Amino acid sequence: MKELILKDSEYEIKRGKIVRTKMMTEQEKLFEIVLPGGDNLDHDPGQFVEVSILGAGEAPISIASSPTKRDSFELVVRNVGRVTGALHKLETGDEVGIRGPFGKGFPVRILEGNDLLFVAAGLGLVPLRSLINFVIDNRRDFGKVTVLLGCKTPDNMLFGDELESWRKRLDVNLNCTVDKADPEWKGNVGLITSLIPGVTLKPKRTFAVVVGPPIMYKFVIQELLKKEIPDRQILVSLERHMKCGLGKCGHCQINGIYCCQEGPVLSYDRIKSIPEAL
Amino acid sequence: MKKTHIATLKKERFDDFISALARLQKVVAPVARGNGQFAFEPVVSGNEIALDYIPTILPPKKYFLPQHETLATFDTTKGQQMEPVVAYEKMVIFGVHTCDLAGIQSLNMIFSERPKDVNYLIRKSAITIIGYECNDYCDEYASCRLVHNHTPNGGYDLFFTNLGDKFIIHINTQAGDDIIESAGLFEPAQAADLKALEQLRSDKRKLFANEVPVVHENIPEVFAKSFNSKVWEDLGKKCLACGNCTNVCPTCYCFDVIDEPNLDLKTGKRYRRWDSCQSETFAQVAGGESFREERGARQRHRFYRKFKYPMNKFSRLFCTGCGRCSRTCMAKINLKETLTQLVKEQAMTDLKAGNQ
Repeated sequence: MKELILKDSEYEIKRGKIVRTKMMTEQEKLFEIVLPGGDNLDHDPGQFVEVSILGAGEAPISIASSPTKRDSFELVVRNVGRVTGALHKLETGDEVGIRGPFGKGFPVRILEGNDLLFVAAGLGLVPLRSLINFVIDNRRDFGKVTVLLGCKTPDNMLFGDELESWRKRLDVNLNCTVDKADPEWKGNVGLITSLIPGVTLKPKRTFAVVVGPPIMYKFVIQELLKKEIPDRQILVSLERHMKCGLGKCGHCQINGIYCCQEGPVLSYDRIKSIPEAL
Repeated sequence: MKKTHIATLKKERFDDFISALARLQKVVAPVARGNGQFAFEPVVSGNEIALDYIPTILPPKKYFLPQHETLATFDTTKGQQMEPVVAYEKMVIFGVHTCDLAGIQSLNMIFSERPKDVNYLIRKSAITIIGYECNDYCDEYASCRLVHNHTPNGGYDLFFTNLGDKFIIHINTQAGDDIIESAGLFEPAQAADLKALEQLRSDKRKLFANEVPVVHENIPEVFAKSFNSKVWEDLGKKCLACGNCTNVCPTCYCFDVIDEPNLDLKTGKRYRRWDSCQSETFAQVAGGESFREERGARQRHRFYRKFKYPMNKFSRLFCTGCGRCSRTCMAKINLKETLTQLVKEQAMTDLKAGNQ
């Protein structure tokens, strides 16, 4: 048996340096990461990276920052498993392994010139934030921008300060809801679906971009269809376990689609005939 | 003068051929393991080889995609640093049936599609394949005629057919010809040998009859209409979710990637190992949601990955007809029966639609 060191393995990792961390909620931690030599990650909003801690393993994590932020990128990690648990123990100055970016992100060229309705629930805000900030940084290229956000309680709301800055902008309409309010909460109470009927939009020139937990999609899409947004203008980002990111290992497969290659962003037009998608 | 592509080898010289070959490099071939079972194992002489064998417990995919494979070694004393590696071995696989040749061809497509899997491709390039023809059915589980794999469709360097007192060999590649040349045991084929081969193939056409009442070309169409069939629910009730069917399948290639730290907790390896879409956690995401929670849905996924999805992507069925999944299933889930049920159900549905 011969052993060869590979120069062109797809499993090779880049050494990412953590330059900032912030606990966002009890469960979610933000990491700002710089690649060796300050290299640009060169991602599209909606793509993901495989983050590894050697010895613990790898996990697919959505990129939370816009590609317009060039010197570093941000990840928000929920502490739910072996790898994410190990990640939560890391602080500024520590290293993580990075592979990617992987997958097809949001089709920003196609979105240009159109009105955008963003719908995010829970952690769905993380990949969507990448796109929202991209749109804000290129604001004149897009039409009307509406952001609908939902989460369980006000404590779970991610990017609180940033949401405030979006709220103050005259070129962004922001509306938040929580399942369960606390005494200080001044916004809506109820499911994310309850915010959609109140939105005024021109369906033909509106793209809806939906990201949230698997259970949410069917209900949100129903509301969007009531608004007569065409199927191909409803975009979702599907959550699957992309283990290898290379269209091989099979874990992320939705019927015949490798989510890590053709997704995670897919149009409703595409997935409505794919029974395992939603 | 252009060299001929056909040679013959007298039976009494077969042992010498394998011995000579094994002196130069590793040779693996089907070997009897008792209880009517066979396995590809290293051999040093022809006498060890079971020429008359039914599909081995594991297909030769184990040499292309090992059950465990180190992808990288790491040392974290200086940070997140790893060294991607591949382990490979020059070898000849002798005695690969036509179904398993088709299996290797399928895997080749998967792993050479971009992004390429260099580990697989490096191993593949170190392997020489000698195919071996089935003159008769191995057993009642095979459905090689259905998928047109009862006769060779390429994918080998040399291909042996047993003509009784001798083998007739198709030399398909230069690597194959080099083996023939260096052995010095082979003879040119005579007209009678070619005629005997022709006769054998013609006999096979009569012997091998379609095992399922559907023609090859119509299989994807059957699956296109069968997603909500009750057949899957029934399979779900029988299935034990053990994953035997995917382990023994020559075209199942799903894997898991796992880190294994050494005792010093600083060094270790990242490896992949075979995984199965039949296990409950396979399609689970963080937070516990599973997208194929029911066993029936997971069995359906397995069948669709053989008969429908690869057709759309590679214009090829990924079932090789080897029968291993049915042979090994503890719950007696039978591929031929399942396909027959789907076809019959389809015919009933079409009939009802026609009557309306």
